[in-house]
Amino acid sequence: MAVTKEQVESTLKSKLNPTHLDVVDISGGCGASYTIEIASEQFEGKRLLERHRMVNAALVEEMKHIHALSIKKALTPEQWKQEEAQKSQASA
Amino acid sequence: AVRCFSALTPELKTTLDKVVTSHKVLVFIKGTKEFPQCGFSNNVVQILKSLNVPFETINILENEILRQGLKEYSSWPTFPQLYIDGEFFGGCDITVEAYKSGELQEILEKAMCS
Repeated sequence: MAVTKEQVESTLKSKLNPTHLDVVDISGGCGASYTIEIASEQFEGKRLLERHRMVNAALVEEMKHIHALSIKKALTPEQWKQEEAQKSQASA
Repeated sequence: AVRCFSALTPELKTTLDKVVTSHKVLVFIKGTKEFPQCGFSNNVVQILKSLNVPFETINILENEILRQGLKEYSSWPTFPQLYIDGEFFGGCDITVEAYKSGELQEILEKAMCS
């Protein structure tokens, strides 16, 4: 049974209530490989390892069918804003 | 009756306790240090090589019991899994991120000097 991008998104939305979420299917359509960028208030005061654990825990059911999951970013909403500001500065 | 199957037997846990403390820097990977068989494992191996730090790798593809047990032991679902000073540090993304920020170098220096 494959896991869809929509399933991954809806699970993360309901469990981590993200202010930003970007799920990219990098499997070429077979639905088994994803990269994730996520910002959530629930990451506040948590180290990177703990944040990744929270994402893994949220996706525990999906992980059974996912071949590879890459968490590119797990930021607090504040950190996300800073990164976005830096990005727009760099491109300006 | 409902049964919970665990790959992590008490015996395996005791063994893993010893294994992860047997080297300052240890990575459980797919493949070997010389021939990583997965891009994610390769990333971590290349980072450690570039930092010139002595490290050992264990090939989880050769041992299915170890592979399943480790997921529970580390509470981490995927490989590679990097251990520093007997403590789980993270998977590929965390290692890459920590390498970029300089945090990995700091932690490794501390571990090598302890």
